[in-house]
Amino acid sequence: MADKITISINNKEYTVDAGQTIMQAADKLGFHIPRLCYHPKLSIEGSCRVCIVEVEGARSYVASCSFPISDGMKIHTNTQALRKARRDIIELILDNHPQDCHTCERDGNCELQRLASSMGIRARHFEGEKKHYEKDLSSDAVIRDPDKCILCGRCVRMCSEIQQVHNLTQAHRGFNTVVMPAYNMPMGDSVCTTCGQCINVCPTAAFLEKNYTQELFEKLNDPDLIKVAQFAPSVRAAIGEAFGLAPGRNMEGELVAALRKLGFDYVFDTQFAADLTIMEEGSEFLERLQNKGTLPMITSCSSAWMKCMEQFYPDLIDNVSTCKSPMSMQGAMTKSYFAQKIGVDPTKILSVAVMCCTAKKYEAARPELEVDGLRSTDIVITTREAAWMIKSAGIDLLHIEPEEAEHPLGVSSGAGAIFGTTGGVMEAAIRTAYELYTGETLVDIEVEAIRGLKGIKEGKLLMDGKEIRVAVAHGLGNACKLLDEVRRDPEKYHFIEIMGCPGGCVGGGGQPYAQVNTIPLDDEALKKRAQALYDLDRGKTIRRSHDNPDVQKLYKEFLQSPLSPVSHKYLHTHYKVKTPAGIIPKNQH
Amino acid sequence: MTEITQDKIDEIRDFINTVNQKDDSESYLIAVLHKVQSIFGYLPQEIMDEVAEKMQIPTAHIWGVATFYHYFNLKPIGKHVVSVCMGTACYVKGADKVLDTIRKHLNVQVGETTEDKLFTLQEARCLGACGIAPVMMIDEKIYGELDAKKTTDILNQYRKAAK
Repeated sequence: MADKITISINNKEYTVDAGQTIMQAADKLGFHIPRLCYHPKLSIEGSCRVCIVEVEGARSYVASCSFPISDGMKIHTNTQALRKARRDIIELILDNHPQDCHTCERDGNCELQRLASSMGIRARHFEGEKKHYEKDLSSDAVIRDPDKCILCGRCVRMCSEIQQVHNLTQAHRGFNTVVMPAYNMPMGDSVCTTCGQCINVCPTAAFLEKNYTQELFEKLNDPDLIKVAQFAPSVRAAIGEAFGLAPGRNMEGELVAALRKLGFDYVFDTQFAADLTIMEEGSEFLERLQNKGTLPMITSCSSAWMKCMEQFYPDLIDNVSTCKSPMSMQGAMTKSYFAQKIGVDPTKILSVAVMCCTAKKYEAARPELEVDGLRSTDIVITTREAAWMIKSAGIDLLHIEPEEAEHPLGVSSGAGAIFGTTGGVMEAAIRTAYELYTGETLVDIEVEAIRGLKGIKEGKLLMDGKEIRVAVAHGLGNACKLLDEVRRDPEKYHFIEIMGCPGGCVGGGGQPYAQVNTIPLDDEALKKRAQALYDLDRGKTIRRSHDNPDVQKLYKEFLQSPLSPVSHKYLHTHYKVKTPAGIIPKNQH
Repeated sequence: MTEITQDKIDEIRDFINTVNQKDDSESYLIAVLHKVQSIFGYLPQEIMDEVAEKMQIPTAHIWGVATFYHYFNLKPIGKHVVSVCMGTACYVKGADKVLDTIRKHLNVQVGETTEDKLFTLQEARCLGACGIAPVMMIDEKIYGELDAKKTTDILNQYRKAAK
């Protein structure tokens, strides 16, 4: 047990655990000290100085995020002088920041704006030189706008510490400091995996997803197009937050209804393709297991992870499942099977995906995922963009009558729902692979060992007496750790699930921004979003992908069987080594 | 000097190999970059890639260090580096005029290299020769008590010597 010490905050004494920073102790006591560069999942930078407090006897104000408490310490968090000092700091940051709040994409969601408001900044006192740089629009998914950057460094730490992609750095110094990739190369040419976590942690609009909402509004008004939408599992678990709801409300029915009101002719559910993915991936795994194929097999659903693998772990390409992601499978089925069913030319179909993910924008544009020269997904919008479109079109998501996604590509099992959270793909795969392999029904289908937010999770199951060892990693940094282990001991696991974002898709780079007084990627919020999906699973009668009647029908009418030549044409692909300039392939240890 | 040859790459590799045997080898990054600049006169991108791979330090991190320190050149430099001292003593004695003379004479701005690749113009802080201010340094040699004529004469001598 930690030692107890006594500190005083704002003239009241408290007994608290030793070994904390002032900010940690104050947080627990209900004093929210303003902050900017601090993020609990990242290392302490201490650069913004917004979290300064007064410690009696100290030479100057100290940064509470990094200053440890000690016995008898007398802390003041809200004196008049301190308030003025903090306000000056924010004003100085604002001085070198565009004054374009009402036309900024983060208007209303900006931490800097909120801080300025809470400090009572009602006038600008400092005038000075402002930096100006061109926006970097080179990437299909992530936009970099240095003019909006306040150099808190959260993105740099996120990219290197949590994701271990190390794409970003603070280059140059002083007034000329800019966050950029190595050699100031365009984001589109860099090692950026387009995971979008820089966007999630950015307090301002220095990183944004490439926005396709205007293009989509235009196309939704094109009478010659058949407009088809699909939406990812974790979109329904998070979109409510953009409308002021607490995390964890499942908005599936409301979202389907809203997408129809936006002008989509057909609304399908990516969870259907999640079931389809399990049929293909589960069968692929069993084939590898039985025919001594390359093991461990690694899942391929996460687009950021695929780019990460191609760049940093090219030696593991053969371990990666050849299955496309559910989004690309759904798109491919929309433009083939479904197009045939309704008797339209697939070029007349506008295939739109609403995703929790920024990397899906990059994936949708990958040429190797085209079928017969056609893109499977024409436009990808994030949860945030979808929320904005719904608001912009005047649709009242919170009070809309819920509707259901439609046949033949809209019905899913519970296994498809949990695809959106770390461990969910593996759990869904186990439910199906076990039955396909043993011919028996798996009784206990909730696999607790691989649920939750632990970085790397392991599990074992027995299939006809054969021990199958599985592992799950979420966040690219954890994935790297796990893959280094695979390089060290290729026999250790049979099957690995990797999701590029912390918490899996529920923590995707396209999810709603953190609400007032919450932090981006808060574990509690991630858990609640995941729980919404687990609840959705539990509420379904059909909880195994292979029991999905529409999936069975699709195989009967079109795909024949898992891994058939037709399946291969539409649902599988191959990945290639990618070496953008300035890359370091991660060493084999 | 600036040409990238296998010999030079090998020299860098050998240097990194010795560094890699030390504790906290990553902390030798600046020393390695110094070595690179001493060999090439600047930090070529492909050599920074090489350093990244050999030292297992992300390229972005190397770029952060390379751009932070003014000492590191990110572009090839000329045969001679002209550093004009902008320290207090030199400044008071008219260093800005010296700098202006050189800018016009060579038709370059600070940090740039002449078209014939003969001169790179830089500003320096204090060169420690305040007694003979204003001063400039060409490569390792100090020239003091400069005025416009003396400055252009010196540059012309280097021009002549190069022909």
